[in-house]
Amino acid sequence: MNTFADQLLVLVFLLNFMVLGTSRINIAIRVVAVQGVALGLIPSILHDFSWHLFLISAGMIAAKGVIIPTLLTKAVRSIGINREEEPYLGYVPTMLIGAVATALAFIFAEQLPLAPQHKELLFVPAAIATLLTGCLLLITRKKAISQVTGYLILENGIFIFGLLLADSMPVMVEAGALLDLLVGIFVMGIIINQISQEFSSIDTSRLTSLKE
Amino acid sequence: MISPLILIVTATLTASVAGLPLLISPVRGERTSCGIMLAASLLGITGALQALLSVGSERWLISWGLPFGPAEIGIDPLSAIFLILIFLVSACCSIYARGYLPASENRDTAPKLSTFFGILTGSLAGIVIARHAVLFLMVWEIMAIACYLAITIESRKKEVREAGLLYLITAHFGTLALFVYFSKIHSLTGSFSFPESGTLSGSSEAAAAIFIAALIGFGLKAGIMPLHIWLPSAHANAPSHLSAMMSGVLIKMGIYGIIRTVSLFSSIPFWWGVTILLLGVISGVIGVIFAIAQHDIKRLLAYHSIENIGIILMGIGVCLMGVSNNIPALVVLGMAGALLHTLNHAIFKSLLFLGAGAIIHACGSREIDQMGGLIKKIPLTALFFLVGAVAICGLPPLNGFVSEWLIYIGLFKGMLDADTLNDPYFALAAPALALIGALAAACFVKVFGIAFLGSPRSDAAAEAHDTPLSMKLPMGILAGFCILIGLFPQGIAPLLQITAASIFPVAAGAALISESASLGVLSAVSALLMILIGVAALLYKNRLSKSPVKASETWGCGYLAPTARMQYTSSSFAAILNSLFSSLLRPHTKDPDINGYFPKNQSFRSHTPEALLEKVYLPLFDNANSRLSLFRKLQHGKLHLYILYIVVTLISLLAWSHFRMRG
Repeated sequence: MNTFADQLLVLVFLLNFMVLGTSRINIAIRVVAVQGVALGLIPSILHDFSWHLFLISAGMIAAKGVIIPTLLTKAVRSIGINREEEPYLGYVPTMLIGAVATALAFIFAEQLPLAPQHKELLFVPAAIATLLTGCLLLITRKKAISQVTGYLILENGIFIFGLLLADSMPVMVEAGALLDLLVGIFVMGIIINQISQEFSSIDTSRLTSLKE
Repeated sequence: MISPLILIVTATLTASVAGLPLLISPVRGERTSCGIMLAASLLGITGALQALLSVGSERWLISWGLPFGPAEIGIDPLSAIFLILIFLVSACCSIYARGYLPASENRDTAPKLSTFFGILTGSLAGIVIARHAVLFLMVWEIMAIACYLAITIESRKKEVREAGLLYLITAHFGTLALFVYFSKIHSLTGSFSFPESGTLSGSSEAAAAIFIAALIGFGLKAGIMPLHIWLPSAHANAPSHLSAMMSGVLIKMGIYGIIRTVSLFSSIPFWWGVTILLLGVISGVIGVIFAIAQHDIKRLLAYHSIENIGIILMGIGVCLMGVSNNIPALVVLGMAGALLHTLNHAIFKSLLFLGAGAIIHACGSREIDQMGGLIKKIPLTALFFLVGAVAICGLPPLNGFVSEWLIYIGLFKGMLDADTLNDPYFALAAPALALIGALAAACFVKVFGIAFLGSPRSDAAAEAHDTPLSMKLPMGILAGFCILIGLFPQGIAPLLQITAASIFPVAAGAALISESASLGVLSAVSALLMILIGVAALLYKNRLSKSPVKASETWGCGYLAPTARMQYTSSSFAAILNSLFSSLLRPHTKDPDINGYFPKNQSFRSHTPEALLEKVYLPLFDNANSRLSLFRKLQHGKLHLYILYIVVTLISLLAWSHFRMRG
């Protein structure tokens, strides 16, 4: 089944580029949702069936595939903004940087002292590449809602890394991470609304006026 | 029989949620909240007494799924003593709150305050039963934050916000030191659980680092000079029953931490005892000198807390010097004195703060110079306050004398013992303790005389209203304990002996405290003194009833229109002492400029700020701030660049580890 898991990971790579390249916020949200579902499937495929893994999968798909995208779509609709205009760095350059980062992730993963059963898989490069993509989004995008998608992708990267340990990962840590994420998105949603009320825009560059 | 730990854990959890009913229903929940708190206190005190009498120590492992090993809680005589004072004071304060801050009149503040107060009580109890570093730090932080939220309950006032901020900064600085402390212990033992007492060696360098980190971390909480800067403003600006809780219990957590720390070591270097004794002398003497200079009754009491922490530290110092020289009598007397003074201070200081709250409730000001003649308006409060004042001055026949007596005896034994004959410290500390007592007496003569005697200095004091029963009752209970411990110190001595022996096994070889400190004689003398005072009071009352009392105006030195404000004020009473110590106190005064035969209207003002804060810490931080202003450019408010910092750091760390692996 490892080949199927690898194919899902390749999908994850492609989705990373898609988020980097799109200017439409709705599409970015959907892409992140699909990525979440793809990742949610992997633990059940990779390891033998157990209720623990099933719970992880179900939680992941429910949170990232359904609940969070719904919340975000609602937020986008209520603010009435659909496009990321004038990011700090254009779409093509970000995609190029994303490609470089992905390549670097592969090189770096080669060097890591991994357990032999993990050596051949795409997990570690995928984790690092997704993490860097998330960071890249957070750095280059201006709109608060695009930053939320960046944050979600960052978390996906962490999740991929966690997959290697899925068997031995305590439920408490897993549940904690998901809860963290949900609360984080919730808080961000509230903040986005507040920002848009206060500054009549959700442009985070306006937030500089908040510093001391 | 139920295990005492079950009772205590139940009490801790119950106390933490005691404020909830009030939060749900602001008016009807008040009685329920207070009832829950009382029930929790009763449970807690029962459990603590049971643990103390059965002389066992108990430890529980709790699996909690966090990656630091299972959490541990436990109880031993040391924890039990602190639990008694936590639950006693919190019960009294929660009764008091009903009269001081009734929910029906304070719909926004009372529910919040009682919620935070409950959490504070629970976390305090959690601290003394925690036996695991991570659990300890968690409850320690909960305590710090609950207390901050409770202090700043009247956050509309600027000085309250400033006091809260100062408290929060110092509390977190202390926690930082505790992180160092616990990680050092972890590096010695390899576990986050507290080691069993007496298992670490005291002579290594790591032990010295642990000791110093404990002194800073716990010393900040206890308010040891020169780490006391948060104490005066926080105590003055908090609601009175919270001040009582902070002064009575919260700062004692610092003392608990220091005693717990030294109990972990098997051999104690001599300089530890000397350091603690000297810190005690400094805190005691300077604390009381600052207290005399204050005009704000709660600030004044706060400085007395620093003084009493000094006295407690002197006891601990005597004990440690006894341990390092292997003299059991010193160990027992020093530790028993320190523990008893901790308990006594919790009782009489919370009594005094509750009394101060009653005064503020009656005349609406914290300024002593606005009061006067209150003994006629609130006689019972005046009596209770007098009991507390006599106790804090360390005068017989009350409890303050007993604990200071034990420390005196310890100091004298240390002076005369052959092994420590050449150490000057004991001989230096004994007169310092006497000096502290005398200055404290001067200070409380000032407070009691100016606030309660004479005639009222302001309209508010003249029309002071009576104290409700719910405020008098807890003061009465605490005053009762002051008298009880003063009259029957033999009752509590065996418990102190057990505790001292459980902390330092050396102490097991010592003679009984009741004999070595002749508590029987002390008790008889105290009883006699009490009877004499009673008889004298009766005779005086009898005499008063025969001859009429004439109230007259204040003597104005021949001035034709005297007013009550011409009475001695708190600053004029303390002027001589203040001028003696002015190099230390750095008072701000505005002197009148009087010349010619018909001078214009003039005014005199004086104020004694927290000198160390204003002359040392603030300039230091201002200087650091201006020198480091270059780095503030890094904080520009652009969110995405902040994230870039993180990513750059991450990537450079990855690259660094990559090349290190290669190389």
